[in-house]
Amino acid sequence: MGKQKLKNLLGFLILLFFAVLFIMPVAVVLMNSFKSRFSISQYPFVLPDANTFVMLENYTEGIKNTGFFSAFGWSLFITVFSVAAIVVFTSMTAWYIVRVKGIFNSILYYALVFSMIVPFQMVMFTMSKTANALSLDNPLGIVFIYLGFGAGLSVFMFTGFIKSVPVQIEEAATIDGCNAVQTFWQIVFPILKPTAITVAILNTMWIWNDYLLPYLVIGRDYKTIPVAIQYLKGGYGSVDMGAMMAMLVLAIIPVVIFYLTCQKYIIKGVAAGAVKG
Amino acid sequence: MRTVKRYFPLFVMPTLIAFLIAFVIPFLMGIYLSFTSFRTVADAEFVGFSNYIRAFSEDNLFLNSLFFTVKFAVVSVISINVLAFILALMLTKTIPGTNLFRTVFFMPNLIGGIVLGYIWQLIINGFLYRYGYSITSNPNFGFWGLVILMNWQMIGYMMIIYIAGIQNISTDILEAAKVDGAGAFTTLTRITIPSVMPSITICLFLTITNSFKLFDQNLALTAGAPSKQTQMVALDIYNTFYSRSGYEGVGQAKAVVFFIVVAIIALLQLKITRGKEVES
Repeated sequence: MGKQKLKNLLGFLILLFFAVLFIMPVAVVLMNSFKSRFSISQYPFVLPDANTFVMLENYTEGIKNTGFFSAFGWSLFITVFSVAAIVVFTSMTAWYIVRVKGIFNSILYYALVFSMIVPFQMVMFTMSKTANALSLDNPLGIVFIYLGFGAGLSVFMFTGFIKSVPVQIEEAATIDGCNAVQTFWQIVFPILKPTAITVAILNTMWIWNDYLLPYLVIGRDYKTIPVAIQYLKGGYGSVDMGAMMAMLVLAIIPVVIFYLTCQKYIIKGVAAGAVKG
Repeated sequence: MRTVKRYFPLFVMPTLIAFLIAFVIPFLMGIYLSFTSFRTVADAEFVGFSNYIRAFSEDNLFLNSLFFTVKFAVVSVISINVLAFILALMLTKTIPGTNLFRTVFFMPNLIGGIVLGYIWQLIINGFLYRYGYSITSNPNFGFWGLVILMNWQMIGYMMIIYIAGIQNISTDILEAAKVDGAGAFTTLTRITIPSVMPSITICLFLTITNSFKLFDQNLALTAGAPSKQTQMVALDIYNTFYSRSGYEGVGQAKAVVFFIVVAIIALLQLKITRGKEVES
């Protein structure tokens, strides 16, 4: 067993090396967020000292310049409502497509699957014009657009799972007098819960971090966190590196909290999502 | 299930309308507009294939960005998958702290592209500054910067998928191989890799499509500098649309070409690797 232990130790050290590499960039940003803005770009690996330490000045400055709290609010609003809409409506659509056969439903299903491989640039211009023409260029309208864009992957994942749910349970419910809505929400949806969690997590990761879609559709009036950070750079002028570092830290904090609280589901969801794909 | 059919308006309509407005109509309009000259959609005038010709002939920006993107995709797809697979192999062994390592390796994946871009800009510029350079002084710096960033972001994601695949291999097969005297390398090439082919299919699909579609990271890390030499296809299309007036049609034609390229590569890859999967 001595040889095995040595092997494990070696493996542990290699993994530890990688883990340090993975954490280092975030740690460097965190450290620099407390340094004065002129001592960041050129010496990012130097710890703050008495001359360069600025307490929370970068944070107060960055929050003021980017309107960070309002950006956080809009990001949260758009993500929560979009993900809720996607889970509710695409699960219902997926169930309907599986249970009611027909040429229209097949076409819809394949169109949805097809939409998954189309790059956003293909519809970027026409979609933002359409959203504009239909007055969907507001935080509530964008929820509707996210439902349309998220439908492909979500319907695909739900249908994959629903196909394995025996139809007999639903038939029993129908005989007991349940209508389709009751059958779906009381019988089917509880069975779909693991997939619903996966769909919710994958869509949260995408929508929370999405930049181009919110920028093009509502970017001028309502900034989400990625849009607000990109605005900090803006134009060709010099960037306030201190504020930038502080905003990067503030952008990462909610993600880390979300990750640490739902870690089990996230890792399971990602693995499950891949198997279905 | 005939009674369910009546519920079409409730079950399908919301998704259908959203899908039509966000995707189907813009997609069809996009194909149409790529054959027209327009500023605002309403003033579109049919011009045949001239946008497509202009996309390739007026300057080399599109071709260069395509070439840059392909080069980037090849290097990062290989490096991400090899490293993720090695980490997955190590993390399915009896090494202490595997859960903690898994948590750490996956974390960068949750951080958005814009934020990732600025994080790595700081780190890479910090290193280069000692030698008097910055990330925008040489297109090679931007290229390798993007590769490192992409690896950092996606290794953890692919690792999770590989781990799930490796854990699915039945212990019976592994023990049988041991009894037959198979060494570690033979087990890896004859059992582990063929058994995780479904994971390899999906990981290749995700890394290839994500590498081709990369935009946010490109915009934040170099924004194409120096002189658009590190501009990937998605960013080139964006700039054609929004920073050159009168080029909207050309931008849309580039987008159609981009879509066709991504679709062909994705389908080809799925076909090839799916064929190598073994029934279990």
